[in-house]
Amino acid sequence: MAEFDNPTDLVAAARRTYQAGYRRINGYSPYPIEELSEAIGFTHTALPIIVLIGGVLGGLGGFFMQYWMEVINYPLNVGGKPYNSWPAFIPITFECTILCAALAAVFGMLALNKLPQPYHPVFNAPNFALATRDSFFLVIEASDRKFEHDAVMKFMSGLGPKDLVDVEV
Amino acid sequence: MADEHQSDAPHHTTVPVIDPGLTFASVTDKISSIVLKRKTPLAWFIGFAISFILFQLMMLAITNLVFVGIGLWGVNVPVAWGIDILNFVWWIGIGHAGTLISAILLLLRQQWRTSINRFAEAMTLFAVAQAGMYPIFHLGRPWLAYWLFPYPNTMGVWPQFRSPLMWDVFAVSTYATVSAMFWFVGLIPDFATLRDRAQSKPFQIIYGWFAMGWRGSARHWHRYEMAYLLLAGLATPLVLSVHTIVSFDFAAGIIPGWHATIFPPYFVAGAIYAGFAMVLFLTIPLRKFYGLEGFITMRHVHNMAKVMLATGLIVGYGYVVEAFFGWYSGNKYERYMIWNRMHGPYAVYYWALILCNIITPQFLWIKKVRSNLLLLWLISIVVSIGMWLERFVIVVTSLHRDFLPSSWGMYQPTQWDWAMFVGTLGFFFSLLFLFIRFLPMISIFEMRTILPEAEVEE
Repeated sequence: MAEFDNPTDLVAAARRTYQAGYRRINGYSPYPIEELSEAIGFTHTALPIIVLIGGVLGGLGGFFMQYWMEVINYPLNVGGKPYNSWPAFIPITFECTILCAALAAVFGMLALNKLPQPYHPVFNAPNFALATRDSFFLVIEASDRKFEHDAVMKFMSGLGPKDLVDVEV
Repeated sequence: MADEHQSDAPHHTTVPVIDPGLTFASVTDKISSIVLKRKTPLAWFIGFAISFILFQLMMLAITNLVFVGIGLWGVNVPVAWGIDILNFVWWIGIGHAGTLISAILLLLRQQWRTSINRFAEAMTLFAVAQAGMYPIFHLGRPWLAYWLFPYPNTMGVWPQFRSPLMWDVFAVSTYATVSAMFWFVGLIPDFATLRDRAQSKPFQIIYGWFAMGWRGSARHWHRYEMAYLLLAGLATPLVLSVHTIVSFDFAAGIIPGWHATIFPPYFVAGAIYAGFAMVLFLTIPLRKFYGLEGFITMRHVHNMAKVMLATGLIVGYGYVVEAFFGWYSGNKYERYMIWNRMHGPYAVYYWALILCNIITPQFLWIKKVRSNLLLLWLISIVVSIGMWLERFVIVVTSLHRDFLPSSWGMYQPTQWDWAMFVGTLGFFFSLLFLFIRFLPMISIFEMRTILPEAEVEE
């Protein structure tokens, strides 16, 4: 794991690492850096699809819940309105759509990120508490196909980090 | 992104969004030290104590109400919706500014929102909590409130989904849920910051528990940003829908003074107006007290004042259109309603409302007024009162004289009505005091993103 003290160095190092053929790499930063996820080759996430599915299910569920209750299960004539008075069902349909899509966004994000995850080896790195303050880290994981301990250490020290440590898994 | 903004709007470069001398480390340390290191000031204890006593008044009022019944309040036919429903609308309106700041301004890429969004979202959440109590206790039998939700029951009946009151149940509960999630998601990286900064074991464990193992991984950030953006996109139509549906509670009724198509946009503008007044009312003392002038700068204060002015003008337009409709409809009930508002027994409320909501904000045209914090603070109080009066005029004066003079009546809130209102103010401020003591009131990670050093140089 290599430590950097500014985002520019981290992104440059991440690019070089990716170009060198390492794939199981990750960056850690105190705030989101768009260029960093591009640099480590992570640009696609399934989240928008999950949210879309959540919204569609919520909308259909919301409408047909009302339809089933007011038309099929317990039809009740209110002021001569049709049983399926669909314009009156729209507000609740809309709210259900938003609610389910938002739940899908939050829980989908947490699930894809595998959170909550109380323990992770990177927390063992001595300076890692600074990843939530002003330090930037780059990791090449041991599970990478190209991983060879000495070669990786040599490669990473060539990236010009502020500090370089070996983290026990 | 910062450069883009400044070139788009050159006049903004004169007043920076935040203090230019800030760095990653100083932003982190300054905001987290309020929670972790600094001694809790005496004024915090005094403020919290006063709020907490008022909160106990609310508990007393509610206990008494549940024991004795709804007759404790001044509501009765013809005014069955008294200041309790009024307070519901007032509180939920205040909440709207928080969502506007956090979601709509995020989508519009207004960087200045970053300093105030966390605080405004907390305000939203706490205001919605107050709002939600009113309709529940107004039910008369609040222990049966769960009947409002469609659950399979032994009675074999379902809620009446054609009623705006049911729409309201779904709108407000969705709004509360989504606001809470949006707020919590925004807090996760900051919980991690606090976890790593906390000195004592219990705080490390508690903040760590909420941080859920957040470690700032690039993959996590990528999905996180996507989720945050999508939530903002979902919260934007949601916030507009909530006050629209609240206005349907009135507009779908046939009472003159309620049955108007102007209601949805006019309510939404009123909500934002009241909400920004509340944000200003809270942030002006707070930034001074905690020395946050570097984060919440005059630029923020100016912008909020301008939003208040703009929404105030929309609200003013709403009043004019209401009066015009009353006259132009040619309907004698509608005409009488407007005449009654201006000259009837509650006329003083109407004219006070015009003074508070239309005349007072006109001072915001003047730059000197917008730069004078004390004046601005006073204006925000006047506007908050004005928005309360607006709902009084809508709810009470419309109901108290409808079609038949034989069914006219007068409404007077009782001491228990006031106890409940003052009590919810106490509850609201208690929650806010706890929030500024235990959580970072400014979003730390978002502040980092707008620092000049956050940019990746290619």
